[in-house]
Amino acid sequence: MKNILVLFAHPAFEKSRANKVLVNGLDSMEGVTFHDLYQVYPDMGIDRLHEQQLLEQHDVIVFHHPFFWYSGPAILKQWQDLVLVHGWAYGHEGNALKGKWFFNAITTGGPKAFYQIQGQSNRFSIRQLLSPFEQTATMCNMRYCPPFVVHGTHSLNENDMTMYRQIYNDYLMLFRDDKIDLTLLSKMDYLNEYPLSK
Amino acid sequence: MTDPSFIFQIFVYLSAAVLSVPLAKRLGLGSVLGYLLAGVLIGPHVLSFVGDVEQNAMHVGEFGVVMMLFLVGLELRPSMIWRLRKAIIGMGGLQLGLSATLITGILVFSGASLQTSIASGFILALSSTAIALQMLKEKNRLQSDGGQNSFSVLLFQDIAVIPILAFLPLLSAFPATEPASVPVSNLIDALPFWSQTLVVLTVVVIIIFAGRYGMTPVFRLIARTRLRELFTAVSLLLVVGITLVMTLVGLSPALGTFIAGVVLAQNEYRHELESEIEPFKGLLLGLFFIAVGVSIDFNLISTKADLIIGAVVAYVFIKFLVLFGIGRVFGMCLDNTFLFSFALAQGGEFAFVLTSFATHSLVLSPEYADILNAVVALSMTATPVLMLINERFIRPNCGTLEIVEPPTNDIDITHPVIIAGFGKVGSIIGRFLRANGQKATYLDIDPDNVDLLRKMGFKVFYGDASRADLLIASGAQTAQILVIAVDNPDKTIEIASTARKHFPHLKIIARTNGWTDSHELIDMGIDDVYRETLDTSLRMASDVLVKMGHRSFQVLNARKMFRKHDEQYLREMTGLRHDKDQFIREAKQRIKALEQILIREKEDIGKDKDLGWDVTSMVEEFGQHSKEDN
Repeated sequence: MKNILVLFAHPAFEKSRANKVLVNGLDSMEGVTFHDLYQVYPDMGIDRLHEQQLLEQHDVIVFHHPFFWYSGPAILKQWQDLVLVHGWAYGHEGNALKGKWFFNAITTGGPKAFYQIQGQSNRFSIRQLLSPFEQTATMCNMRYCPPFVVHGTHSLNENDMTMYRQIYNDYLMLFRDDKIDLTLLSKMDYLNEYPLSK
Repeated sequence: MTDPSFIFQIFVYLSAAVLSVPLAKRLGLGSVLGYLLAGVLIGPHVLSFVGDVEQNAMHVGEFGVVMMLFLVGLELRPSMIWRLRKAIIGMGGLQLGLSATLITGILVFSGASLQTSIASGFILALSSTAIALQMLKEKNRLQSDGGQNSFSVLLFQDIAVIPILAFLPLLSAFPATEPASVPVSNLIDALPFWSQTLVVLTVVVIIIFAGRYGMTPVFRLIARTRLRELFTAVSLLLVVGITLVMTLVGLSPALGTFIAGVVLAQNEYRHELESEIEPFKGLLLGLFFIAVGVSIDFNLISTKADLIIGAVVAYVFIKFLVLFGIGRVFGMCLDNTFLFSFALAQGGEFAFVLTSFATHSLVLSPEYADILNAVVALSMTATPVLMLINERFIRPNCGTLEIVEPPTNDIDITHPVIIAGFGKVGSIIGRFLRANGQKATYLDIDPDNVDLLRKMGFKVFYGDASRADLLIASGAQTAQILVIAVDNPDKTIEIASTARKHFPHLKIIARTNGWTDSHELIDMGIDDVYRETLDTSLRMASDVLVKMGHRSFQVLNARKMFRKHDEQYLREMTGLRHDKDQFIREAKQRIKALEQILIREKEDIGKDKDLGWDVTSMVEEFGQHSKEDN
């Protein structure tokens, strides 16, 4: 069994439709620690030691956030800058995160078709745009896994969102129960493509 | 009733000072020359306003020198004197020895008797602490290398006066005259030499210990009465008392008060002492300079013009030469050597004392003493002129000039931040600044509070920050920020207006009670006003919201916005508040507007574009569109 840390970042959570449904119940799920960064650090004063301790206690790290301007909300960058320090997360003696699994769980207003290499107003795919996260994970000796993506949130209704929550929870449980085949997963674009046993 | 002629004398002295000094300063001549000229003006040879009080005025004025050394001591620390030991003994000793020898030699060569020559040599070797220090301070050169060395030499001379006093009567043992009767008698004259030394040492040790351990409780007791004049009285009493004791044991009062000053330099009542003594020192020193001006005997000078003018020129030249040589030997740079040499090339106030003492001891003849006094007084008058010449014509041509560094650790440091009031608010400010390594000078009016905080290691001084003199003593002239953290709104406004008036460069950060005093401060042009309850109340309200389930990030933003509007509103209201009707009308409108903004922010999410995270309009634009694509 693996412990999962969901680092959630949404500056306007009270206004978010999709994420309200998506994270509902996460805090009571077994094996999952739900960590709401904007709620804990509204002034961005990240407690580095506490964060590092949390990371050390978990095996799977999830960045759960809306996909703002092709990246995460500001606090997520602040978190990386302050927590992932040399000598701890990377570098000669920085082995604290070695072997842990990492993936992004993102929501985005645009449909998947928007994010294509020769699109109308986009030039890159989601995977390309997420490459800074992938590189960060690699730098910290973590196993980077394909992202869980909820596209087109602007047009999702209540039922769609509940369905996505179920899928998201199922994937989290697969990770928790160590039922993920990494070789198989690494060939996929999105985590969403990984077959659920049901 | 008071003697009207006495009042008239005071009137004459004060008007002379008030008229001449500003004029002299305006002409760039410095205050010392102004006072001297005032003295000449009211003296017997020009207007003849002063009669027989001139000698008394000189004696009272000498007390100004004593006070000045007390103040100089207050600004020093023992470690500083220790650092100057080489300059004090080396330069001071060399200056005194060389000058005395040269002058004696020249006098003997020109036909004076040996004992007259030796006595004159020592008397003339001394320089004027009053003139030199006052001028250096006025020209802001006291911290420079030349200033420091001048001070060291003067300190050595002050100490040397004691052995010279003891030595002078011995000269009369030469067969020329009868044995001397010593006029300056004191309590310990009758004792043998070794016990005299013992008494002197004991007195100095007592001054040090009393200053170190005894004075603080006394000051605190006095401060607790909250009667300002009582503190003035105790400050004067301290100086007068030391002078008395020192005179009784035959030591220089200036040296005694100097030691007391050094001992009290670390005391929390230091700034208060400084500002109490300062005006007295200034007045008495002024009186001293005036008296020197009055004492110049123009009759004598005109009858023996050649001799006296020649003597003055030769005298100043010899002293200058000796000082210049010493300056170069001790490795001072050129501009500092000039400063040092010009500052000390005159006769000192002790010369008058020693001359009269030597006359009484029958070492010098009265006629000779008169000439000596005239030479010394004229040399004193020449100093401000020479300093002016140095400043205008010599220094600019000196090539590399020493850049005076800001005062180092040894000298009293004036911090860039002054905090007035070390109570509930001030102590938090102080702790936070200290935790972040920002040094500050603290002032508080409560003696018990000062005592307590001192024990906790804070550098707090006792005093009322609404007084300009105390602010000066705390370094307001060089400080950058004044934090007003006192809890009384009237006091805050008083402090702010004092600071605005005397130190317009000071940035003021003020704690206020509420709207009324904030308005007044804003009217004075002070924009950094901090209502003491605003931030705490907003934080409490925010925590209520968070505990009730609101998003903490959203609450933080709402708090910032509320604060911003409230501060803006406060400032806009400042101008309107005198028109009561408009004020109320405006206030109501404002409260309503603020409410609306907050409600809109909270509920009408779709229309709020302040936050970049709102997606409502995107849902409107892309929602349908993307549904089709999906």
